Amino acid sequence: MGARMVPFAGYNMPVQFEGLMAEHHTVRKAVGVFDVSHMGEFWVKGPKAFEFVQWVTSNDVAKLYDGKIQYSCFPNGKGGIVDDLLVYRIDELTYLLVVNAANIDKDWAWCLENAQKMGLQPGKDIYNASDEIAQLAIQGPLALKAMQKLVKEPIEDMEYYTFKKVEFAGVKDVILSTTGYTGSGGCEIYMANKDAETIFKAVFEAGAEFGIKPIGLGARDTLRLEMGFCLYGNDINDTTSPLEAGLGWITKFTPEKDFVDKEFMLKQKEAGLNRKLIGFEMIDKGIPRQHYPICDAQGIEIGEVTSGTMAPSLNIPIGMGYVPTALSKPDSEIFISIRGKLLKAKVVKFPFYKG
Amino acid sequence: MNIVENLKYTPDHEWIQVDGNVATVGITDYAQSQLGDIVFVDVQTEGEDLEKGESFGSIEAVKTVEDMYMPISGTILEFNNGLEDTPDAINKDPYTSGWVIKIKLSNASELDSLMDATAYKAHLESL
Repeated sequence: MGARMVPFAGYNMPVQFEGLMAEHHTVRKAVGVFDVSHMGEFWVKGPKAFEFVQWVTSNDVAKLYDGKIQYSCFPNGKGGIVDDLLVYRIDELTYLLVVNAANIDKDWAWCLENAQKMGLQPGKDIYNASDEIAQLAIQGPLALKAMQKLVKEPIEDMEYYTFKKVEFAGVKDVILSTTGYTGSGGCEIYMANKDAETIFKAVFEAGAEFGIKPIGLGARDTLRLEMGFCLYGNDINDTTSPLEAGLGWITKFTPEKDFVDKEFMLKQKEAGLNRKLIGFEMIDKGIPRQHYPICDAQGIEIGEVTSGTMAPSLNIPIGMGYVPTALSKPDSEIFISIRGKLLKAKVVKFPFYKG
Repeated sequence: MNIVENLKYTPDHEWIQVDGNVATVGITDYAQSQLGDIVFVDVQTEGEDLEKGESFGSIEAVKTVEDMYMPISGTILEFNNGLEDTPDAINKDPYTSGWVIKIKLSNASELDSLMDATAYKAHLESL
């Protein structure tokens, strides 16, 4: 496909095809396809499945119903995050956890450790299917309309963060979910590796009249960043708490739910946060990049840029980073140190891109 | 890949066109294609005397930032201000409207160490 490839988490991944900017706009305005088969998938099954997922993830699994998905994270027992993930409830006894490619081994070890303590049997009650499942993200305002051609049951009116098991382009048992990492709508589909080629071809044929194009990792990053979605390894990691990262909305302290780090996070919540993950726009000319220092007006370093880019849909440079809580309110003035110069920026609310 | 005859080239993918005592400098078609969509060109060295190999500014694509280096020693006479509003001129016309700086040469003999179009083509093929 004429892609420029880069190694990523042990996979050879396309960073761009025709060009990052054009690909970004394709997803915002029409429909684009990401091959995200490198993502990890764990099945959790049986009578202890609910209890297990409730314990290892921060969101309230009791809120799920069959066909519903939630964004969540694995707290790491030390106040940080093992990974962020999606939890799919297939039925009362069956859950699918979708995790980041770069973290599959770490996540699996963490889940196994907890599962065995809780009496789940590896290989039976909890199963790592990452090497057997392929995934495509078909994203953009025309994505569902295009994919409807390949599915009999209606998908265009599906609620956000729900899924169906469908026959997709003649392939049975494909999971189609209205999820994504772009903020432009669309779906993600999961299939067995052996069916991937058939489905891949069908997706591009069905999408041709809508201008469908393959999209690389570069645009995946600018699209998610414009939404203020966290990227594990950049904006969240083993040392950032979900509360600091603005993920309080997926950290549920209901009495019925106990989970790894609940006590720690409750204390942190009550004591107040020292720092918060914020979004900012540049006022002075310059593009923020990961690891550039964030400074106060006196030039004293107060944090670090965790993600930054020129935002293709906004045509301004934007970034994310942790700052002391006192400077985390919208319109707070901060400075980014770019090649030795302090350039002014202001804190803004997420998302950067409002559609 | 477009390589223009009668220009000189560096291994870092800058081109230089000499006209008497003054040289125009930009980045090559290969460099722009590797960078992708260029969104910002930062040159704050106008008026400065810089040595061959020193950074005179940086060029940023959506996801990357690269330094640009002096192909020869000299004084920075001018920055192409047009690039402030249309940095993508470098993507479209790297050898014409996408020029970056003009330099007054301080040591014309350094030109001998640069590559001609044929040598640069061979350099690209060796990468």
